[in-house]
Amino acid sequence: MEKKGFKAWLYLLPAFLFLGVFMIYPLIDVFIYSFEEGYNFASQTFLGVGTYNYSYVLHDPYFLQALKNTFILVVITVPLSTGLALLISVMLSSIKPLRELYQTVFFLPYVTNTLAVGLVFMILFKKTAYSEGMINLLLHLFGAPSVDFIDGPYWAKMFVLCFYTVWVVMPFKILILTSALASVNPVYYNAARVDGTSRFRIFYKITLPMISPMLFYLIITGFIGAFKAYNDAVALFGVNLNAAQMNTLVGYIYDMLYGNSGGYPSYASAAAILLFTVVLTITCINLLVSRKHVHY
Amino acid sequence: MKIVFEHLTKRFPNRNKKIHEDVIAVDDFDFTVPDGKLVGLLGPSGCGKSTALNLISGLLMPTSGKLYFGDDDVTKLPPEHRGVGLVFQSYALYPHLTVQKNIMFPLENLRGADRLTKAEMEERALAAAKLVQIEELMSRKPSELSGGQQQRVAIARALVKMPKVLLLDEPLSNLDARLRLQTREEIRRIQKQTKITTIFVTHDQEEAMSICDMIVVMKNGRIHQIGKPQEVYDTPSNLFVAKFLGTPPINVFHGTVKGGRLYLGDDAVLETKNVPDQDVYVGIRPEGFLPKEDGPMHCVHERTEVMGRDVSILASHPAALTDTIRAIIDAESRTATDCTTVNFALRPTKVHLFHKDTEERICF
Repeated sequence: MEKKGFKAWLYLLPAFLFLGVFMIYPLIDVFIYSFEEGYNFASQTFLGVGTYNYSYVLHDPYFLQALKNTFILVVITVPLSTGLALLISVMLSSIKPLRELYQTVFFLPYVTNTLAVGLVFMILFKKTAYSEGMINLLLHLFGAPSVDFIDGPYWAKMFVLCFYTVWVVMPFKILILTSALASVNPVYYNAARVDGTSRFRIFYKITLPMISPMLFYLIITGFIGAFKAYNDAVALFGVNLNAAQMNTLVGYIYDMLYGNSGGYPSYASAAAILLFTVVLTITCINLLVSRKHVHY
Repeated sequence: MKIVFEHLTKRFPNRNKKIHEDVIAVDDFDFTVPDGKLVGLLGPSGCGKSTALNLISGLLMPTSGKLYFGDDDVTKLPPEHRGVGLVFQSYALYPHLTVQKNIMFPLENLRGADRLTKAEMEERALAAAKLVQIEELMSRKPSELSGGQQQRVAIARALVKMPKVLLLDEPLSNLDARLRLQTREEIRRIQKQTKITTIFVTHDQEEAMSICDMIVVMKNGRIHQIGKPQEVYDTPSNLFVAKFLGTPPINVFHGTVKGGRLYLGDDAVLETKNVPDQDVYVGIRPEGFLPKEDGPMHCVHERTEVMGRDVSILASHPAALTDTIRAIIDAESRTATDCTTVNFALRPTKVHLFHKDTEERICF
């Protein structure tokens, strides 16, 4: 028995080692850095221990801007992308002809290179000396004044960021949801139809509960993914996100470490711990809510 | 509510695209199911029984022909407006709902004038649950029930909306032998109590024979015989029906009618007046053999199986289509079991003659 236990631990050792070195240790380290004031990578020295880093970060207008941006992004894109993906998957699974074509079209953004996507968005939104961008041309058609979506007002930039995020995360959600819908045994639909159930009620009372585990998975990962957004903003607005008022929490952390204002690992760690706390809290709330509504 | 089939036909395009001929799953159904009866649709698997059931429920639309519930033409009516209760082979209980919610589900669909209050729904659900004796399981989920209990919930769910027609698709096939016996009695009891016209699909002839008022024997989408179970058993209209009904199955022989006598090989076994001379198939029910020392049918005795209530004699005969034939005799009339030959006399009512070509029954 004892020997068996030893063997089991031996087999688990590689995983433990890697997790320990690359996950647990850095996590603890970040936690420690966040309480060490004025920590310096080069000299490995710090001035003192305390909560000053947190107080600095929480009073930093750039951090507050990043927090606000991230929250807006999360609150808009997660429900919107999941809802739209659900709608599209339901429609996809209720049509027969051309379904595969549509599925491919909807999945294309997932396999498209980020730079190519950036270029497309540039054509859509960027206002240059030579062109106004496609969306502005459309706006002109309706007699609206043109808007600079990339360097213009805050709401316009936020709109582009949300639009971009929704567009980028949808293919994966559609893929997951169409397969979840396909895995629902059609006998339930037949049973419901014979019992005179309306289409809406079938969807609400049967389809949704049946795919709820997958939906829940998408919501959780959607929240976490949106909180960790960074590269989308860079792709759209360049690396100087603070100047563009478009920074996100992860962007702020990166800037604190390596950006123009970089060299502040203590502040970065404090911000990282704050982000971790926020994500953890939201995920816990999600789990609590799911207990009532997710049927495994 | 009687159900009238009028030349009802369902064709499917062949799966194999090279074959352009359609598959005819239900071929020209033309009969009436009387009000308040329990009718069994019986046939080997793949004969179109379930398709026929789905046509009645409206889940499938017929290619041609008409279907009436009472005097109403329901041919074009979608399933949600037909008011049928359907029990699926796999039961199709919603796994995320409790038993009570499952049973109440059809009631919650009612709209307008038929809408019930919550209390009324609960009352109806409880009444349906009591009918199938599961009232103490109301708060469980389907995954916490045994197969037999799930079956009952499925029946309760089909009955709760008081359907005009109850359809059961192989309702017993997922149950073990003992439970099957018990549940089929239960179905009979519930059907008698509610007096709902019920159609019951099965491939098990014993099931159909034991509880149905009327059975419909089908093969390859065609109806071969309709009638009371005993009638169909006693006077099968063709060889297929004769072979399909009865356990153990009927014994089939090559026979010849010559000069008013039926010959099996060289044995003249029976007087068959009024039958013209011809080659025939002869079906003899296992209970149609009477062991008799000077009986006209000479068989080679192979083995005797004692099964408690009665005794089977397994023997062989040169004219038989199968290697062994089976005779069931009373335990009392059992003869010495160690001899190598056994002679039988035949009960004329248990012997059926069929045309060699058409396999239709020849009356004698």
